[in-house]
Amino acid sequence: MKKDLLSIDDLSGDEIHLVLDTTEAMREIGQRPIKKVPTLRGKTIVNLFYEPSTRTRTSFEIAEKRLSADTLNIAVATSSVLKGETLADTAMNIEAMAPDMIVLRHGSSGAGHLLSRICKSRIINAGDGMHEHPTQALLDAFTIREHKKRIEGLKVTIVGDLLHSRVLRSNVKLLTKLGAEVWVSGPPTFVPAGIERFGVRVSPKIDEAIAGADVIMMLRIQQERMQGAFIPSLREYFTTFGMTEARVARAKPDVIIMHPGPMNRGVEIASEVADGPYSVILEQVANGVAVRMAVLYLLAGGTQED
Amino acid sequence: MKVLLKGGRVVDPANGRDGPFDVLIDGDRIARVGRGLAVEADVKVVEIPSGLIVCPGLIDMHVHLREPGQEHKETVATGAAAAVAGGFTAVACMPNTLPVNDNAGVTGYILAKAAEANLARVYPIGAVSRGQMGEQLADIAELKEAGCVAVTDDGHPVATAMLMRRALEYTSMFNMPVIEHCEEQTLKGDGVAHEGFHASALGLRGIPGEAESIMALRDIALAELTHGVVHIAHMSARQTLDAVRYGKSRGARVTCEVTPHHFVLTDEMLKAPIAYDTNVKMNPPLRETADRDAMLAGLADGSVDVIATDHAPHHADEKHVEFDRAPFGITGLETAVSLCFDRLVHAGVVSISRLVELLSVNPARILSVPGGSLAEGAPADISILAPDVTVTVSAAKMRSKSKNTPFDGWTLRGGVAATIVGGRFVYINSQVSTLNAQLSTWFNPDQRD
Repeated sequence: MKKDLLSIDDLSGDEIHLVLDTTEAMREIGQRPIKKVPTLRGKTIVNLFYEPSTRTRTSFEIAEKRLSADTLNIAVATSSVLKGETLADTAMNIEAMAPDMIVLRHGSSGAGHLLSRICKSRIINAGDGMHEHPTQALLDAFTIREHKKRIEGLKVTIVGDLLHSRVLRSNVKLLTKLGAEVWVSGPPTFVPAGIERFGVRVSPKIDEAIAGADVIMMLRIQQERMQGAFIPSLREYFTTFGMTEARVARAKPDVIIMHPGPMNRGVEIASEVADGPYSVILEQVANGVAVRMAVLYLLAGGTQED
Repeated sequence: MKVLLKGGRVVDPANGRDGPFDVLIDGDRIARVGRGLAVEADVKVVEIPSGLIVCPGLIDMHVHLREPGQEHKETVATGAAAAVAGGFTAVACMPNTLPVNDNAGVTGYILAKAAEANLARVYPIGAVSRGQMGEQLADIAELKEAGCVAVTDDGHPVATAMLMRRALEYTSMFNMPVIEHCEEQTLKGDGVAHEGFHASALGLRGIPGEAESIMALRDIALAELTHGVVHIAHMSARQTLDAVRYGKSRGARVTCEVTPHHFVLTDEMLKAPIAYDTNVKMNPPLRETADRDAMLAGLADGSVDVIATDHAPHHADEKHVEFDRAPFGITGLETAVSLCFDRLVHAGVVSISRLVELLSVNPARILSVPGGSLAEGAPADISILAPDVTVTVSAAKMRSKSKNTPFDGWTLRGGVAATIVGGRFVYINSQVSTLNAQLSTWFNPDQRD
């Protein structure tokens, strides 16, 4: 494995499979009565979060604790960034205390790359701006593999705000690397320029995009997108792109519905779908802990120490 | 003192010269240009090694010298030193200083600092609008009287068509160009990189080429309406070049410039060699290959009038931040000539004569400033260029106060041998040893590399 996990580009296909295989073992730890192993004892991990996050931060923290790492959470509201310190200076200060890993969530794309050039600590990208969220894509892949036993050859359709989504970028890279047929759909205002070079099929016709899909992945619609004139209203978005039971019926009978959260019920997804039998949304959350344990373990050099 | 530049290839397109000539300098003026000029007793002879080019002094019509107000980035003195080291005998500096150069006081301050530095000539460019706020015209007649050679709100485009119309009308009485940083602000939004595959893949907000071309088209239409003179700064998009060609074909008084980075680099630099390198963040952004190739074509076919650097120094601290928070801009004075030789002349895009038009003749004409010619009696502003010297760019060694260049470590063919302003050698490249040896006894060593 490379020093850092900033992007799915940092992982080969084999390494992705290694992460997913390791996740199986990690999940077992979470099912024990005593959910803790000494694997990362003595390792210090800093969770440096510049954006509010409940799911991802909690998920990393639980993963770290289950592996017995010493963890430290730095949230933006209580940190020295309010005093005008730059990210580079914050990084150097944290680095001076010699942590083993830094888990970074930041609103600027490429923030992890900046940290990576400064720090000897390993950097795990927990979401950087509109760029990537690699552990989300790994947990999504794990969830898909659980249900479908494979990724290659599956039709995976991702629907929503493609432009602003880091989840999209990581998932497209991972799924295409493992041989899935990836379709994306959304209003053209949400389609990034040059998306044809992402190796995906693009269609603004949602019915075409989800026809025969094995997996449908919904992306969150930010409430404020009307301001940039991306969409006229949340109501119209729901009627044109919202995932309803009628639309799900166009996919394969054994389709699974995914959402990285947090969901807007009645905007991108109907409650009947989110809570329906094909929804794996809460499994994604559960798998997130195991995937992050696997990533932490492997980045800490797990393969050599075994 | 009389100095005879003996030998060398004189490239002086304004006077139809391209060949082996001698240039006699008397004091601060060019006295004679001819073949085999006699060496009189009181003349200091400088033998120009064969292969070197002697041409009218290069003029960079688009630089940011940051003084007054942002002296941590650059001063008039460090900027002028960078200019002469880059082969430029004159620069025209943008008004987005603190305070803005929208009044004769600031213009006078810049000129006083330039006189103190006594290196390159510095031509201030005044603001179009008071405080560059885009609301009320600056006192343009007063700015001209104080020494401004053009007006612009560079950094901020003139947002309303009405104010641009008035600026073009008003300046037409002085025959003074309005230089426009073309950017339709609502279309640019909070973009930080060229809108295309690379920005999309890296999650960077995009700026489409049309943000530039839409405003260029507006300004060209207004130039036709008003018979004013508009100069399109740092053109980056192929659509803008088409707009300029359209304007020229209709007889509009429009000219345009391209920076070296826009004819050398593309948005692939966002990703590699350094992902999210803030030294490839500039405005307008590096665009895609088709745009870069269009700029090369425009340089070759004459559609482009000027090469200017948009030298935009920023302190290392300001650039050592997240990509979207970093200021736009890179330095350019000390890399331009090498990039021009390597990517334009040696690549067969333009001749040396055409390069001299782009870097000297045309900027002098557009700004109505002396230079661009080695005519007898003209100021002795002369650049001596070394087309075949191997240059390895070193940001650390640059004279500019700021080191924000994406070209650090690049090896290029072609560079500057020496720079003469007002008959005085103000820079000599120690790498050109034959020249260096002759001048070592009477050349101020401070100006040597």
